[in-house]
Amino acid sequence: MSAHVAAAPVGGRLMTPSVRALSGLFGLGALMILWRLYAGLGATTAMNDGYPFGLWIAFDVVTGTALACGGYAVAILVYILNRGQYSPLVRPALLTSALGYTLAGIGVGLDVGRWWGLWKVPLFFWRWNLHSALLEIALCIMAYVVVLWIELSPFLLEKYRDSDNLTMRRLSRAALPALKKASIWIIALGVLLPTMHQSSLGTLMLLAGPRLNELWRTPLLPLFFLLTCVSMGYAVVVFESAFSSTALGRKPEIGMLAGLAAIIGPLQVLIVLLRLLDIGVRGAFPALFAFDIRSTMLLIELVLFLLPAAMLRTPASRSDLGHLVRAAMVMMFAGALFRFDTFLVAFTPGSHWSYFPSVPEILVTVGLVSAEIIAYVFIVRNFPILSGGPTAAPERQAA
Amino acid sequence: MGITRRDALKSMIAGGAAVAGVSALTRPVSADVLTPAPDALGLLYDATLCIGCKTCVVKCQEANHLEPDTSLDRKYDAPVALNARAKTVIKLYQGDEGQSFMKAQCMHCIDPACVSACMIGALTKGANGIVSYNVDYCVGCRYCEIACPFNVPKFEWAKTTPKIVKCELCRDRLAQGQEPACTEVCPRQAVIFGKRSDLLQEAKRRIASEPDKYQPTVYGETEAGGTQCLYISHVPFDKLGLPTLTSEPAPHLARIVQSTVYRWFAAPVVAYGALGMVMLRNRRQDEKKPEA
Repeated sequence: MSAHVAAAPVGGRLMTPSVRALSGLFGLGALMILWRLYAGLGATTAMNDGYPFGLWIAFDVVTGTALACGGYAVAILVYILNRGQYSPLVRPALLTSALGYTLAGIGVGLDVGRWWGLWKVPLFFWRWNLHSALLEIALCIMAYVVVLWIELSPFLLEKYRDSDNLTMRRLSRAALPALKKASIWIIALGVLLPTMHQSSLGTLMLLAGPRLNELWRTPLLPLFFLLTCVSMGYAVVVFESAFSSTALGRKPEIGMLAGLAAIIGPLQVLIVLLRLLDIGVRGAFPALFAFDIRSTMLLIELVLFLLPAAMLRTPASRSDLGHLVRAAMVMMFAGALFRFDTFLVAFTPGSHWSYFPSVPEILVTVGLVSAEIIAYVFIVRNFPILSGGPTAAPERQAA
Repeated sequence: MGITRRDALKSMIAGGAAVAGVSALTRPVSADVLTPAPDALGLLYDATLCIGCKTCVVKCQEANHLEPDTSLDRKYDAPVALNARAKTVIKLYQGDEGQSFMKAQCMHCIDPACVSACMIGALTKGANGIVSYNVDYCVGCRYCEIACPFNVPKFEWAKTTPKIVKCELCRDRLAQGQEPACTEVCPRQAVIFGKRSDLLQEAKRRIASEPDKYQPTVYGETEAGGTQCLYISHVPFDKLGLPTLTSEPAPHLARIVQSTVYRWFAAPVVAYGALGMVMLRNRRQDEKKPEA
């Protein structure tokens, strides 16, 4: 499991100017959260009876968990396909996943109207409606948040193996061997659970039936959600690696990222081919070229999916970090747009309904993402997450 | 490092979802259509009889203890559409096909999408097929609102402790031997209450006796797999705001996909075991060869 260059805490000050700015954004988001809890959803969000799912579901949960699939994508690669050479990517990927999923959980807690009753969903098992894709997603995400933090815990506990703090040292030395022993079955859960709920996020909107535009209304929607979460997870690993190298002064894992790019490019093409094939088989080609809002959005999706594949066509392009980051950003944007389209644009409750997120909704989302970045910076500075060692340049404190 | 194993696994992961998709495409729709319970109760609304007096709206609000909806002009209690303060409304259609009133309320589907959506059964198909709501099991996720093809369930957006609001066919009044509030007060019997089978028969009788007056079909007989609230009208149903639906039950496609992948929960269990075994084998192979 261990890397050739051991992972180590990055060190350095937490309260840099950018972290201070992010804290401000988080503070603003936290105020909006308090307002939402006090005044309710109607006063603080733009959601309505036509668009009962808004930004918090479409972004924080559906897009956020897909962006948090780095841990999933890397775990498949390293543990299932046994490509041990990629193992330095595991720790940072798991960290972004654990943080992303935790925030998605908080997002759900804010979005549901009766949040104080959420505990009933996992515990009232005799009332589980097994037809409900949402139930499966809820249970999987709850379980996966726990699994992710367990997967991550050895790297956090490692710090305390020789700590002066007796309690933490004892805990670390007791837990680490047990976690190592169980690791295979924990990691297996860490692969199984995202496979289940990421695909079920596609099933979710199928229940809207005729109110979901025909271009997206396909039984293959779960497969598309699964495939795109893998490419989005990979894109985040690229992005995060570049962030660590520029903001925290770590050497980027460029060889590994280039190797992965050679797999992800064709995957993007495969997704587009499957979607076109699906639209063709279902006889929906006329709708694809109607050039109304929905057909235009779908065509943009397809272009955005193909663009990174074209950008990463040559080995030289795959070995340039700046180029990889640009391609990764397009990849994330493509996957995010596909999710927004499925949940908001393709959903047609009737022309008299409209939705655009309110300012408090946006501020809450921005605040939660800010909190995620702050937590990421704090943890990589203090715990052995990143490997590769510092770059030759003196460490910058930009983050 | 068996390339075959790797390929096998890759196809396993992607294949699971693909199999679900393909089988959903090929399975016949009719395999899933439910028949209504013999004691299923419902409403029959005859648009040709309604005079738009809205007595039903007033009585419904009174019987269900709904707050007045003054959102139209901040003065009059006049709901313009179904919402958290209106479980039924009367609307007016005026167009080339003439003029008609239209009563909206929960359709009480034979196979309701909202019930299929609901995580721990806050919405259930209760006695007499009435789609009933129990707030104790509702977390306010609003997935029922996404699911309903008739856009019926409504959410109390204005409240800090919100509930879902929808017509429950006055099931508390039925328990006391009364009929639903709306049918009790209708001065023209434009909306009547009864067993679905009787109402369907009556609807067909009216159409047969005056075929020139009515649209030829009973809305709700087959739409979305059939509903317990039925409509007959002189203007086309889509003009009245009723969606044009096939006989496929609304939750059919999602249920096929979900239940094919998760039948007996076998696929996840098998996948879990397979993932663990692959990793055990990987670990053993790594231990055999010297560390690089």
